[in-house]
Amino acid sequence: MAYKVIHYINQFFANIGGEEMAHVTPEIREGAVGPGLGINKAFKGEAEIVCTVICGDSYFNENTEAATKEILELIKPYEADAFIAGPAFNAGRYGTACGTIAKAVQETMHIPAVTGMYIENPGVDMFKKELYIVETSNAAVGMRKALPKMSALTLKLMSNEADLDPTIDGYIPRGIRKNYFAELTGAERAVDMLVKKLNDESYTTEYPMPVFDRIEPGKAIKDLSKAKIALVTSGGIVPKDNPDRIESSSASKYGTYNIESVLNLTGDNYETAHGGYDPVYANDEPDRVVPLDVLRDLEKEGVIGSIHPYFYSTVGNGTAVKSSKEFSLEIAEKLRQDGVDAVILTST
Amino acid sequence: MKLEIGNIIIKDVKFGIETKVDNQMLFINRDEIEALVLKDDRIKGVSIELARPGDSTRITPVKDVIEPRVKVSGNGAIFPGVISKVDTVGSGRTHVLKGAAIVTCGKIVGFQEGIIDMSGPGADYTPFSNLQNVCLVIEPIEGLKQYEYEHAARMAGLKVADYVGQVAKDLEPDEVEVFETKAIQEQVKAYPELPKVGYIYMLQTQGLLHDTYVYGVDAKQIIPTIMYPTEIMDGAIISGNCVSACDKNTTYHHQNNPIIKYLYARHGKDFNFTGVIITNENVYLADKERSSNMTAKLSEYFGFDGVIISQEGFGNPDTDLIMNCKKIEAANIKTVIVTDEYAGRDGLSQSLADADVKADAVVTGGNANEVIVLPPMAKIIGTDAYINKVAGGFDGSLRSDGSIEVEIQAITGSTNELGFNKLTTKSI
Repeated sequence: MAYKVIHYINQFFANIGGEEMAHVTPEIREGAVGPGLGINKAFKGEAEIVCTVICGDSYFNENTEAATKEILELIKPYEADAFIAGPAFNAGRYGTACGTIAKAVQETMHIPAVTGMYIENPGVDMFKKELYIVETSNAAVGMRKALPKMSALTLKLMSNEADLDPTIDGYIPRGIRKNYFAELTGAERAVDMLVKKLNDESYTTEYPMPVFDRIEPGKAIKDLSKAKIALVTSGGIVPKDNPDRIESSSASKYGTYNIESVLNLTGDNYETAHGGYDPVYANDEPDRVVPLDVLRDLEKEGVIGSIHPYFYSTVGNGTAVKSSKEFSLEIAEKLRQDGVDAVILTST
Repeated sequence: MKLEIGNIIIKDVKFGIETKVDNQMLFINRDEIEALVLKDDRIKGVSIELARPGDSTRITPVKDVIEPRVKVSGNGAIFPGVISKVDTVGSGRTHVLKGAAIVTCGKIVGFQEGIIDMSGPGADYTPFSNLQNVCLVIEPIEGLKQYEYEHAARMAGLKVADYVGQVAKDLEPDEVEVFETKAIQEQVKAYPELPKVGYIYMLQTQGLLHDTYVYGVDAKQIIPTIMYPTEIMDGAIISGNCVSACDKNTTYHHQNNPIIKYLYARHGKDFNFTGVIITNENVYLADKERSSNMTAKLSEYFGFDGVIISQEGFGNPDTDLIMNCKKIEAANIKTVIVTDEYAGRDGLSQSLADADVKADAVVTGGNANEVIVLPPMAKIIGTDAYINKVAGGFDGSLRSDGSIEVEIQAITGSTNELGFNKLTTKSI
């Protein structure tokens, strides 16, 4: 018996209308619609689209949670073996919708989901780790090439074929690094690669370098005596007994602590929550990690204008870059609102 | 400098009344080796064990692996500046017992010694499962400090390799390979139409049991310098490392550096292989800057058009690797770097601690965090008491039936950064 597949498309590909019809709410139609006809053809009888869900891009993106729930309800009775969304090409909101709904289906119905997008569609970065996203061209002219790839990948996933390879199966690498034995040794591959590089021939690096954020330091402050200075640390200094329960490793939060009337951080009232270094000296004298004592002296001497009444603290130990980014964006926004001129960032 | 390597193929190893080679069989006189090791009064006991390919045998915790070699003619002797006079080696003739190795193991020194399985899935990850191994299970005297113990174990391995290698001196090799690199001006003239290629050989020197020795000198203390590739084949560089087993270069790796081998293989055809620059991986920023300045300057001075840069270890040395790459590329010299990855057990994390867009030609030896289950073995050479503690192990790694669940990080040589193996990584 052929596998049963559900297909998701937006109002445009269902021929309902363009931007003016993007508000339409989810509806379900039996069988294939629009691009689904091409998918069915590529399935060659091994699978069949049993129904098509259609939703306006504006409706989905403005009511993500509700739309997801409605769609899951609509498709549940079909007991499908797989889910296909799109392809969305370079349409940002359509891409986000395809990614969101495909991920939700994968997680709640436990069936494989496939979508298709242009590499620069914002949905790619949002979902490539969780989803198989077939790489498409940036516009619908690439439909004929995209559909057979999406169909083939869906069939592979349904038959539980292991050993998927983005270079063969045409999906955007999910960023999962997997070991395998190559035909040649690393030394032979290195010499080959060097010869190609010397001859200006094309070669493929085995590890494309990630791009690290490199932040330019801010401009120097001209008059420190008028500046408001804040303290922010990843060294885990918190009030005694860690009231916010910041984790000792892989922190999921940061703390905000009032130091308005505090002259220095003593071991009686503060400690470190950090699990990645020997805490003896930090617990003995928390000023060693958050130098409030010295800063109070400078405030008294008029070297700096004032000290921001709060310090912010988290644990840097094993904490994901993603979490750190979230914390810092929030903290920076608060500092900006409070008119802070400069920050002393301490790590451990 | 011209070196002839005469390989005497070894296909089996057995104990015998005399240490000798007979019809590709290596015989080992157990008592003589024992007596040689026990001359060091820091060593209380040693047991000599043999491990052959296909045996249901696990060797652990492995410290070093050494290939028995002997100088037949030419300057100096094997391991100059360490167990023989500090002569410049790399010319004349050297005989090798190809297929045999000395493995030092026994009670742990640091936390970063490895596993060699002679059969089963683990055997695919270590090149040493293919060798006839003479293992020294070393027992130090009570209270011996770990640095002293590491030194004693290291010297024992080198001395035994030298002793076993001696038997090859008067044998007729099964094959002879010739390697030659001329003095720089002459070498450049030899193939004026070909691009000039060099090799940047990074040596692990983070200290605290992460050390490498060059002609007997701790490589932390060197300023990057140039070497003939053949010097390395005669044991000018030895390992003193208790760094993670997967990507430390054992002495065997240095003696058989595959990058040097394959650069020679295409020398005179695709490029002109003109020399090796050795450098270190010290932990201080000033040292990192100075050493990478030197590798870039020497590469420019010798007129290289391209270089291969190999790393040893991971984490902190990632910065040395990227500095070398960036600065050499900035001198308009093309680079290929050879490294390995720590992408997490799920393969989802960033693989290296540093990165640069200039590092656009990377060869990887695999993700060291990937987990493997090693089945129980009939025989353990050494002890599996430290499996939970070695780098790559975790609480519960050693199971009650003797099987082991570990990251491949714990397997000796598994993600080698000289490109010794076929293991690599792709994004899926």
